Amino acid sequence: MINQLARLGHKGLSKLAAFGRAGMILFQSLVAAPQPLIMFPLLVKQIYFVGVLSLIIIVVSGLFIGMVLGLQGYTILVDYGSEQAVGQMVALSLVRELAPVVTALLFAGRAGSALTAEIGLMKATEQLSSLEMIGVDPLRRIIAPRFWAGFICLPILAAIFALVGIYGGALVSIDWLGIYEGSFWANMQNSVDFYDDVVNGLIKAVAFGFVVTWIAVFQGYDCIPTSEGISQATTKTVVYSSLAVLGLDFILTAVMFGEL
Amino acid sequence: MKEFDDVVIDIKKLSFSRGDRLIYDEVDIKVPRGKITAIMGPSGTGKTTLLRLIGGQLKPDSGSILVDDDNIPELGRSDLFNVRERMGMLFQSGALFTDISVFENVAFPIRVHTDLSEDMIRDVVFMKLQAVGLRGAHDLMPSELSGGMARRVALARAISLDPDIVMYDEPFTGQDPIAMGVLVNLIRELNASLEHTSIIVSHDIQETLGIADYIYIIADSKVIASGTPEELSKVESEQVKQFMHGLPDGPVPFHFPADDIVSDLMGGQQ
Ligand SMILES: Nc1ncnc2c1ncn2[C@@H]1O[C@H](COP(=O)(O)OP(=O)(O)O)[C@@H](O)[C@H]1O
Ligand SMILES: [Mg+2]
Repeated sequence: MINQLARLGHKGLSKLAAFGRAGMILFQSLVAAPQPLIMFPLLVKQIYFVGVLSLIIIVVSGLFIGMVLGLQGYTILVDYGSEQAVGQMVALSLVRELAPVVTALLFAGRAGSALTAEIGLMKATEQLSSLEMIGVDPLRRIIAPRFWAGFICLPILAAIFALVGIYGGALVSIDWLGIYEGSFWANMQNSVDFYDDVVNGLIKAVAFGFVVTWIAVFQGYDCIPTSEGISQATTKTVVYSSLAVLGLDFILTAVMFGEL
Repeated sequence: MKEFDDVVIDIKKLSFSRGDRLIYDEVDIKVPRGKITAIMGPSGTGKTTLLRLIGGQLKPDSGSILVDDDNIPELGRSDLFNVRERMGMLFQSGALFTDISVFENVAFPIRVHTDLSEDMIRDVVFMKLQAVGLRGAHDLMPSELSGGMARRVALARAISLDPDIVMYDEPFTGQDPIAMGVLVNLIRELNASLEHTSIIVSHDIQETLGIADYIYIIADSKVIASGTPEELSKVESEQVKQFMHGLPDGPVPFHFPADDIVSDLMGGQQ
C-alpha cells in the first residue's frame, strides 16, 4: 500500500519534472534572444517539410470528409424537407469542429511524429551535442524553427481543410444529389458568422498547432537516445498530442459555444 | 602523478554523478600541451562524460576544470562560446550534420565563429579535407560516406578552426583495420604538424598505447594509474594489468553482480 503510494508519488513527480523541462525548452527556444536573420531560411525549410508536405493528406481527407458530411446531412435533412440547409450544416461542422480537430490529428501523425523522430535521431547521433560543442545552441537552431513552422502551418492547413471540405460537400449536394445551388450557398452565407465561427475555429487551430508541435519537439529533444527510445518517443507524440487535442477541443468548445 | 612543464587542461578534485551513481570521485587529471594524452578505461566508466565536462556541456558537482586560465564550469555563455572555438571534438558516432554536404559540414564551425569571405572559407575547407584525404568527396552527403570516411570528415570539421585542443571520443571503435591504421597515422601527423594538444578517449589498448605520450586509466570513479606507455606496462597493480592485457577476470569482474547461478537455473524451485 505504502509502496504503491510511493510509486504513484514518484511517477507524479517525474511527470511534473518532465513538464518543467518542456516549459524550459519552450522558453529557451522561443523567448530568449531570437536571431531572425539566421532563423528565417531555417524556418522556410521547416515550413516546407512540416506544412507543404502535409498538404496532400490534408486536401484528400478534407475532400472526403466534406463529401461524407454532404451525404449524411442530406439523408437526415431530407426527412424534414429541409435539405437546402445541408450547406449550412457542412460549413458549420467543418469550420467549428472538424477542420481544426481532424487537421490537428492528421498533423500529429504526419508531421509531429516525423519531427520527434528527426530530433531524436539527431540526439542519438550526437548531432545536437556537436552543435553545442561548436558553440551553437541546438534549442535555437534546431528546435525553434521547427516549433514556429508547426505553429504557423497548422492554422493554414486547417483553413485549407475547411475550404476543400466545403467544396466536397457542394460537389455531393449540388452535382450529385441535385440541391438547388443558390439555396445551398445562400443558407451557408446566412448562417456562418465570421467572428463566432471562422475566428473561433482558427483560434482552435492555433491552440492545437501550439500544443501538437510543442509535444513533438519536446518528445524528440527529451528522448532516450537509442533506437528504442526514439520509437517510444514517436509513439508518445502521437498519443499525447491526440489526447491533448481532443481534450482541449472540449474545453475550447465549452468556452466558445457553451453559453448557447 | 608526474609534473609537466606546460599544462593546458588542469582538472582538480572533479566530482560528478548521474542520479545516484558516482561517475567521478575527486579526480585529478593534467593534460600536457602539445602532446597526445589518452584516457582509457572499460566501457561505461565515464570517458565520454569527461570530454563533455571539459567541453562545458555538463557541469560537475564540484571541482574545477581549468583550460589555461578559464575555469570551464564557471564560464558564462559568451566566454564558453570563445573557449569552444579553441576546442575541436570528434564524437564517437562522427555526428556529421546529415542534412548538409561534406563541404558545408566542415565549413560550419568557420561560419559560426568567423566572418571570413566565401572564397577564404572555400580555401580552408579544401585544405582541411585535403589533410584527411577527402577533398574529392566535398560535395557528397554524409549518408553517401562509409564509416571510416565519415569519421575522417568529422575530423576535418573538428580541426577546421585550428583548435588548440582536439578531443577524440573512441576514434578507433568500429573501424576496419585499414581505416584504423589511416586514423592512427592521421591523428599522429595532425598532432605533430598543427601543434595542438590531443586527448584520445579509448578502450582499444594496442592502438592507443602506440600513439599516446601519456595515459590515464580510469576505473571505479578514480584514476587508477597514469604514466607513459612504458611506465604503465611495468605497473604491478592487478587491476591495471588486467586492463592492459585484456584478461577476462581479475579485480574488474567480467560478470555483472548476480545471484548464485545454480539457484537462477533452478528457477527458484528449491
Ligand atoms: N544522458 C545520460 N543520462 C544518464 N546516464 C548517462 C547519460 N549518459 C551516460 N550515462 C551513464 O554514465 C555512465 C558513463 O557514460 P559514458 O561517459 O558514456 O561512458 P564511456 O564513454 O566511458 O563508455 C554510463 O554508466 C552511462 O550509462
Ligand atoms: Mg563513450
